[in-house]
Amino acid sequence: MDIQLTINEISLTVPDGMSILDAARTIDIDIPTLCYLNLHEMRLNNHIASCRVCVVEVEGRRNLAPACSTPVFNGMVVKTDTLRAVQGRRTMVELLLSDHPKSCLTCPKNLDCDLQSLAADLGVRNITYEGEESEFAIDKSSLAIIRDPNKCIRCRRCETMCNDVQTVGVYSAVGRGFETVVKTAFDLPLHDTSCTFCGQCVAVCPTGALMELDQVDKVWKALHDPTRYVIVETAPAVRVALGEGFGLEPGTIVTGKMVAALRRLGFDRVFDTEFGADVTIMEEATELIHRIEHGGRLPILTSCCPAWVKFFEHQFPDLLDIPSTCKSPHEMLGVLSKSYYAETYGIDPQKITVVSIMPCIAKKYEAARPELGQDPVTPDVDIVITTRELSRMIREAGIHFDHLKDEDFDHPLGESTGAAVVFGTTGGVIEAALRTAYEWLTEKPLENVEFESLRGMDGIKEAVIPIGERDFRIAVTHGLGNARTILEKIQSGERHYDAIEIMACPGGCIGGGGQPYHHGNIEILQARANAIYQEDRSKPVRKSHKNSAVLKLYNDFIGEPYGEKAHQLLHTSFTKRRKI
Amino acid sequence: MSNNSLIKDPYQLLDDYIDSLPYKKENLILILHHAQGLFGYLPDKVQWHIAQKLDIPSAKVYGVVSFYSFFTMKPRGQHVANVCMGTACFVRGSEKLQQEIESQLGIKTGQTTEDHLFSLDSVRCIGACGLAPVITVDGKVHGRLENTEDIKQVFAKYRSEATPDAQSEISSVEPIQDVKHAT
Repeated sequence: MDIQLTINEISLTVPDGMSILDAARTIDIDIPTLCYLNLHEMRLNNHIASCRVCVVEVEGRRNLAPACSTPVFNGMVVKTDTLRAVQGRRTMVELLLSDHPKSCLTCPKNLDCDLQSLAADLGVRNITYEGEESEFAIDKSSLAIIRDPNKCIRCRRCETMCNDVQTVGVYSAVGRGFETVVKTAFDLPLHDTSCTFCGQCVAVCPTGALMELDQVDKVWKALHDPTRYVIVETAPAVRVALGEGFGLEPGTIVTGKMVAALRRLGFDRVFDTEFGADVTIMEEATELIHRIEHGGRLPILTSCCPAWVKFFEHQFPDLLDIPSTCKSPHEMLGVLSKSYYAETYGIDPQKITVVSIMPCIAKKYEAARPELGQDPVTPDVDIVITTRELSRMIREAGIHFDHLKDEDFDHPLGESTGAAVVFGTTGGVIEAALRTAYEWLTEKPLENVEFESLRGMDGIKEAVIPIGERDFRIAVTHGLGNARTILEKIQSGERHYDAIEIMACPGGCIGGGGQPYHHGNIEILQARANAIYQEDRSKPVRKSHKNSAVLKLYNDFIGEPYGEKAHQLLHTSFTKRRKI
Repeated sequence: MSNNSLIKDPYQLLDDYIDSLPYKKENLILILHHAQGLFGYLPDKVQWHIAQKLDIPSAKVYGVVSFYSFFTMKPRGQHVANVCMGTACFVRGSEKLQQEIESQLGIKTGQTTEDHLFSLDSVRCIGACGLAPVITVDGKVHGRLENTEDIKQVFAKYRSEATPDAQSEISSVEPIQDVKHAT
């Protein structure tokens, strides 16, 4: 049934059940919001109406109505722009600011903060109210996420993301009234909880209450230390998002400019995580074939995503034998930099610093996992910074990013294929693995390398791919809630698969917690995904096992894929953890 | 736990109770009430235990416990005294009464005596206005408490009936260290 109403004297008809906010948007009237966030594709809908910033006047109603959570009714008369509504909104923001640190200039979220933009848009010029200010300890316990509850506006987007979308449930509103704050269970440090460090809470936090651990200064220090040989590697998803930090359209491919910028920043070698991705495929496809031929446990689960790894360690400790033992691509590139590359070019591995540029916050935590190194003093990767942090470094260095001429990655760990590029989006890892597994199993060339059934933004994708005599049952999921659904089906025996790809972030790495903020515009993710596939098509080689530099690595150094040396350097193990 | 084999493990009793419920996740508040009855309070470890048993995040349990003032995360005394702060009691001097009890017990409202015998809280009107000012101890009403001596007598009576065994049982619930180091 349709509903007829008027908003600002414009008549309109909308479906029953729609909110005033959504109805207004159909006629291009924008009502400001703050706590509200509806990311339909991610199944995230936060409309708790706690901030009251979206208030409007409804004829016949005594008080102002929050537009985000007030459904329309027949004959409703709404006014969004009356003096009372506009002043009401400004008052709400002033009240929020009365209990908010006024340290915008030094806040890491400066110029990217929803609260700040809102205050600017609503013309808040002074904060009339002097009230009590919250004083909470800042949680710096984790190696990935910093929590500053003093900047929390209790919008609870993080809680909705963590509970409803990721089903991790780390956060809850604790206490009541003014003292309410979003906390972890028992106020434990984040490090001691089941947090996966996926960083999706950071991606949706409107203020600086949740931020990545900033490691930019550590990188500067390494770059300016003449005794260090600093290698940088960049993940596939970074090159399709970095441009957004410099005002370029979402989905602009900036691979060449990014490499040029990294050289100007002073990195000794600019390598590509995609080389590591091609090596991952060599190992993972071999592992899959090995499991099939030796009656090993199926399905094989991808293990590139550190947030997903931490998720299954906490939530499904009885399934630790099914994920692939492959390290993630940036760890592979890190260890190869400090072994193969160091050996070939006669560099002391102890003098090498490997910096990873990742779309991801969990990679910071992953790099610090003690098992991911050749020994305690030689971690595979030393420092991880996000796409956002790189963008800040480029600004700090005064580089005109959009004026840079394209440059190429360094040899040999900068060579990559189209298969490695698609790692950056949901469905990509399994697509890359199939391109290789198909040719290895059938010994025939694969003509069409694009597996359309594995692409797209559906939360759970399933496909049966015939390879030779065998039908491969594949599942692809992104978002940890979807991953949970699939794993529960495996546990109960309801579903059987041969291989499953799981990425923790909605959309895959392109939607990572370390990417430029989407501010609720999910179309940005689609643009990045399209750019990933465009970059794949532009590559002369699109199958990992055809990467000549990778083949040389196996020939000269590693030996057989999934062999002894490969196990020593390129594979890892998992740990059972308790659910908090 | 207590060496006395006649006293059943409270965790077992809690699990039995949860198992007897047809709906579990939906009855979190009921379960927390029951657990507080068994343990005297809701330490982190008990909350964590409930979260595991119901397969819900511990943060959710913690959020609920922190919201309702009936739930306490600190150990409570064997006897809980509540001073009525309702209008009738207030005008008849319940504020003074509260201060007097605080000084006699040597604790502030919301705290528990060192010997774990008494906890002191306040409540809104309990409907015994005719006896104002009143306190309740373990739900039993003591009215017209207007002089120091009467107040002393109320607490002396409970003190003389104290059973040391029950105290040691309550204080034997280990705190969350166990949970903290789980990762």
